[in-house]
Amino acid sequence: MLLSALGAIYPPARILTSRAELAPYECDALTSFRASPRAVVLAESTDEVVETVRACHRLGVPYVARGSGTSLSGGSLPIEEGIVIALNRLNRILELDPEQRTAVVEPGAINSQVSAAAAPHNLFYAPDPSSQSICSIGGNLAFNAGGAHCLKHGMTSSSVLGAKVVLPDGELVELGGESIEPVGPDWMGLFVGSEGMFGIALEITLRLMPSADRTRTVLSAYESLEAAGNAAAKVVAAGLLPVAMEIMDKLAIEAAEGSVKPGYPEGIEALMIVELEGDHETVDREFEQLLEVLEGAGATEVREPDDDAQRALYWEGRKSAFSAVGWLSPDYIVQDGVVPRTRLGEALAEIGRLSEEHGIRVANVFHAGDGNLHPLILFKGSEEGALERAEELAGEILRMCIRLGGSVTGEHGIAMEKRAFLPEMFGEEDIEMMRRLWRAVDPAQIANRGKMFLPEEELERDEAADPDAAPSSAAVAGTAGPPPGGASSGEARRDTR
Amino acid sequence: MSLPVPIVLRRFTVSLPVLHEIKIHQHEPQAEEMAAAIEQCIHCGFCLPTCPTHVVLGEEMDSPRGRIFLMKEVLEGNMEVEEAAPFIDCCVGCDACVTACPSGVRYDELIVPYRAHAEERRERDWRDRLLRRLIAETLPYPRRFRVAARLGRLARPLRRLAPGRAGAMLDLLPETLPRARPLPELQPADGERRARVALLAGCAQQVLAPEINSATLRVLARNGVEVVVPREQGCCGALDLHSGASARAKAHARRNFRAFPDDVDAVVTNAAGCGSGVREYGLLFKGSAEEGQARELAERTVDVSVFLDELGLKPPPPLPEPLELAYQDACHLAHAQGVRSAPRALLAAIPNVNLLEPDDWELCCGSAGTYNIEKPDVADELGRRKAEALLATGAEAVATGNIGCLTQIEAHLRALGRELPVVHTLQVLDRAYEQASGSPRAASP
Repeated sequence: MLLSALGAIYPPARILTSRAELAPYECDALTSFRASPRAVVLAESTDEVVETVRACHRLGVPYVARGSGTSLSGGSLPIEEGIVIALNRLNRILELDPEQRTAVVEPGAINSQVSAAAAPHNLFYAPDPSSQSICSIGGNLAFNAGGAHCLKHGMTSSSVLGAKVVLPDGELVELGGESIEPVGPDWMGLFVGSEGMFGIALEITLRLMPSADRTRTVLSAYESLEAAGNAAAKVVAAGLLPVAMEIMDKLAIEAAEGSVKPGYPEGIEALMIVELEGDHETVDREFEQLLEVLEGAGATEVREPDDDAQRALYWEGRKSAFSAVGWLSPDYIVQDGVVPRTRLGEALAEIGRLSEEHGIRVANVFHAGDGNLHPLILFKGSEEGALERAEELAGEILRMCIRLGGSVTGEHGIAMEKRAFLPEMFGEEDIEMMRRLWRAVDPAQIANRGKMFLPEEELERDEAADPDAAPSSAAVAGTAGPPPGGASSGEARRDTR
Repeated sequence: MSLPVPIVLRRFTVSLPVLHEIKIHQHEPQAEEMAAAIEQCIHCGFCLPTCPTHVVLGEEMDSPRGRIFLMKEVLEGNMEVEEAAPFIDCCVGCDACVTACPSGVRYDELIVPYRAHAEERRERDWRDRLLRRLIAETLPYPRRFRVAARLGRLARPLRRLAPGRAGAMLDLLPETLPRARPLPELQPADGERRARVALLAGCAQQVLAPEINSATLRVLARNGVEVVVPREQGCCGALDLHSGASARAKAHARRNFRAFPDDVDAVVTNAAGCGSGVREYGLLFKGSAEEGQARELAERTVDVSVFLDELGLKPPPPLPEPLELAYQDACHLAHAQGVRSAPRALLAAIPNVNLLEPDDWELCCGSAGTYNIEKPDVADELGRRKAEALLATGAEAVATGNIGCLTQIEAHLRALGRELPVVHTLQVLDRAYEQASGSPRAASP
């Protein structure tokens, strides 16, 4: 049934069903979950995507839309009884209007290619996730992607003006528009960050920003990670609004030096990269002020890169840090908690304490400007129980974030990875509200089913089997162990790695 | 050797038939490297934008990350070699993913031994076998290749009867084949001798563009370098090595162990593919009695551009006319050997050369050894993109460091109707030196 329906939409070469064709799609950048879909289709037109969604709706087959598969929360993990709609080939930039400062792109368009296309007009696309060289705009929308330079320009939601969207029931709708001041409810805002559960964006209108006249970057070194965190808070308190403010600790620096060799100062405990941009006069004035603040905050060394090449290298070191941690440890968990930035120093000290208590190394590299932490918990998957211990620590760090008034995710999303933590952050009423919204948009629950929430039917089954296992109390210890309802049918395999 | 398979498995999973574990352990000393690459890959996807097949085909199984997954499945015993083969075969072997990988995954140390592992277990059809045999028995032997190329040219009028891979082979042959130029056994240094090296002459290069070796000898001589060209040398074995024929590759390598003398400062190569092939000898012979010999030859082999740059280039005079010159990174230089700055430094030393950089430098041109014969569709698309990127620089000529790229780029510039001269880096230097001395020998770029 399913295959013949797909066969009516795609030529055979674009329907993947063999084991070797499907295996590479089994996971995204979160390798601890794997699931083999029934088929992967390679869409080359938006009409094909719409037809596919309609067929899925008709047949009750769940689907996952997939771009470059770089999700760190398992957002593009396939559904075993469903299909994957691969959007890599839908990667065109359809329109670029330098006057209006907008670009219309397909969902598979690569983030950095939008900026590259805009560059001749002195424009750029602001959100810059570290994976910007490969992550797709469709995925950026689904997860409201952030990035180092979002401190000033905002997350993806601040840069999306409108989109043509196919809803999970196959209806085509236009959300938002070309203006930054839309009329009526902010439907576009509702869609951004919905993790693929509200449908697939087909044509996306992005807002472009004018490139700054002047950019100045400063790298400062600290005797402790906590000192770096406090310095970040002081920069903000001084009334400065840098475009980016990033901190790396000793382990993260070591990883970067093993990989892209950015040439950071040696023998330091932590560093912070702060970047200012704007018109010449303002940037130069603010730069002097920034240096004063940094020195007053205990920076042991302050460096301005010699030229653009060195500045690019400083950033490359920062942006490769996650992947570069492979130099330090065979396995690791990336966390994505948020704390109020006034409590950064406190949070970092607590992470250090937890790390010591558990005897597990934690590398820190994060967006200090918006308090978005990325502790990297290092472990050796081959050691028995190591993954579970690492996950327990990850869980404690996330709980600390909630306790300090923050959140369990800044930009990577809930998806599979933090599904179990949602009920720790939100009360039952909040969750029920979200579920009602979900049911309203996708009554059949076919769009990216199983991400963020357990599907309705599984939830009911769980509750029937164990009346005490209400969502809030179903929260498990850490992301470890089976997520709520773990072994139920259609659930992704949890790998031991 | 107390390792392999448990490590191969460690990253993702679980159990494996004991039999299989023993097999890898017994037969493949490179299992350690294969396992390390699989284990180090964290699936982040940073390799995707520089992978030529992923860029062209846009599917996960034709990406480094996807292929690592497939190779893992086969090595674990979860998948048949034949199932994974179409996607492994599709890899051009350019190593761009190695450059791009922030985790330091040595994909090259996985795919090369894997191909040898897989080749022993494959059943290819007769056409495949015939083509592979034909390539393996001609390309590495200049005399045979010369005869074959002549026959191929005669066959040109029949081009439309030879579709697919055979046709692709014919397309790559030049209009006219240059005359063979026997190389001297010893080329003395001009003036004071600063160094003594041995030259690995390159097989296909000797037939397709013998003037590259002549230019190399002249430039080295002018820089006070004495060059020996060992008569007994043979093919480096890179073509066999990269297509999984490790026994044949080893036979080629052994011949070179004997051929290259010890009393030289370095073994220099001017074909990136050959240089990277020799530099892989260590892994090829790992765990055997010849490993020491292999590593030793690999370590003293260096690209001619690096050798000259380190030695200190004698300042070249200007070319007769200023030249807008695009430099095209050969993958087997830039990615496989990490050589990017040396050739640029040499070219930039010529006073009136303006060096231009094409976009997407890291993307393969589609030549990749014999890839343009085995996968002509993908190779054509890559060749077209590369030719367009080079033309977009506004260059008057293109310099590169590998005969394969040279042939491929020439063919694709021709197809676009824009025949720029495409020359080896050393030929540009040669021209600068020779024009100044009034010698007519140098080829003009």
